[in-house]
Amino acid sequence: MDKLINDFSFGLFFWQILLFVGLLLLLRKFAWKPILEAVNNREEGIKNALESAEAAKKEMQNLQADNERILNEARAERDGMLKEARQLKENMIADAKSEAQTEADKIVAQAQATIESEKKAAIADLKSQVAGLSVEIAEKVVRKELADKDKQLELVESMLGDVTLN
Amino acid sequence: MQKISVVRIFMTLALILTSLNLAAKDTENKEKGGQVNTPEEMKAYRDHHLLDSHDFTLWSDGEKGTHVGFPLPVILWDNGLKVFSSSKFHHGETVAEVDGNYYKLYHSKIYKTDAEGTINYDEAHHATNAKPLDFSITKNVVSMLFIAIIMFFMFRGLAKSYKKNNGIPTGLGRFLEPLVVFVRDEIAIPNIGKKHHGKYMSFLLTTFFFIWLLNLLGMTPLAPNVTGNISVTFGLALLTFLITNLTANKNYWGHIFWMPGVPTFMKIVLAPIELLGVFIKPFSLMIRLYANMTAGHVVIMSIIGMMFLFKNWIGSPLSFGLAFALSILELLVAALQAYIFTMLSALYFGSANEEAHH
Repeated sequence: MDKLINDFSFGLFFWQILLFVGLLLLLRKFAWKPILEAVNNREEGIKNALESAEAAKKEMQNLQADNERILNEARAERDGMLKEARQLKENMIADAKSEAQTEADKIVAQAQATIESEKKAAIADLKSQVAGLSVEIAEKVVRKELADKDKQLELVESMLGDVTLN
Repeated sequence: MQKISVVRIFMTLALILTSLNLAAKDTENKEKGGQVNTPEEMKAYRDHHLLDSHDFTLWSDGEKGTHVGFPLPVILWDNGLKVFSSSKFHHGETVAEVDGNYYKLYHSKIYKTDAEGTINYDEAHHATNAKPLDFSITKNVVSMLFIAIIMFFMFRGLAKSYKKNNGIPTGLGRFLEPLVVFVRDEIAIPNIGKKHHGKYMSFLLTTFFFIWLLNLLGMTPLAPNVTGNISVTFGLALLTFLITNLTANKNYWGHIFWMPGVPTFMKIVLAPIELLGVFIKPFSLMIRLYANMTAGHVVIMSIIGMMFLFKNWIGSPLSFGLAFALSILELLVAALQAYIFTMLSALYFGSANEEAHH
């Protein structure tokens, strides 16, 4: 301790404090502040870059998931549409078929009705012709029969006998 | 082309050294004895080396009595400012006469004497002559100035290189920046905390590099023992002490004078102990750095001295090997002591800023 006190030099202490504090103030202004600022800025920059890269990655993943989802949706939609179309096609075919069937049935029925009515008309025509012919034949027969007076009277008598007065 | 410039540098160096020699010519003086080769002489030489000195001696030749180096300005306050060259002392051998006053250099201290340079001693062989206030630019001051200038340009260069190179250091800055970041991330933030560390960064960084570079400079053959000087470590520790106590918060003082969480009786007992701790902490900083660096210088110089004492083919190489190994160890110690000083300073700043958590 004695040696320490003996070795102590106020002059050296004075210069040391002066030099050190001067150096400290100078370095603070010209070195430490800009250095620490630059280092901090760079570290912030790196941190931000990493963060934004992470965010971009996440966004990318989201986007990919979105794409996947949209693709799936589109696929499902397409499948639905196809299914619908197929259904529609089948329906249409079935409808067409049934429609055609009814139409055909109708046509057939109409044809049958026409045939029937034609038949009826033909029959009626035939009947009337047969009736005319029979009448004509009957006329010719009657005319021959009724050439004498006796026979005419006899006929009138018999006809009158048929007609019953009521 | 490269070779020519190397030769030129050598010639310039040689020229400078010769001119220094010429400048030192007037300080030439005959000394007793030749080489420093006895244990007593070595001890004296070593002890002298550990002290500050008023001139910058590069080497000296005991036989011819020459000292190669340059004198430094002596600044005294003795009823008025006295400024003169240290060459007037002739390395302590003659009395310097300035304005009718006589001064003598004795064991690296300046004493006021009579014209014959008589030094009076007390029983403990301490000089009792009056000592004028000595503000001389000594070897240690020159060393500190040198380191301060180097530091300023090194870190100014680093700061500038950021602007030039888009935020990325170049050249020497690539080596310095990790050290700056080390001080911030390993010393300041863990001990002080992220919130408060900013205001202490300038002090911690300056202290770390100042001590480290001075320690390293002490390992060069020039070997100024700056950080092994009690005045220097006192100055550094005083700054830590002042900064700690001037920036301390209420919680810090609360812990010293009225320790929370203990019985009242203990509070009274603890207060003086804690108050003592306030002074002991920086005091330990001062002694630790001083003792470590001084011890390192003593050990290395002693072992180097042993090389010349043994003077045989076994002892001298052995001493050389030991000196070499210890020099490498001292390189580590140089960085370690700078780290410890800065780290403990940061720890004290941290305690001054601790938030109450009871």
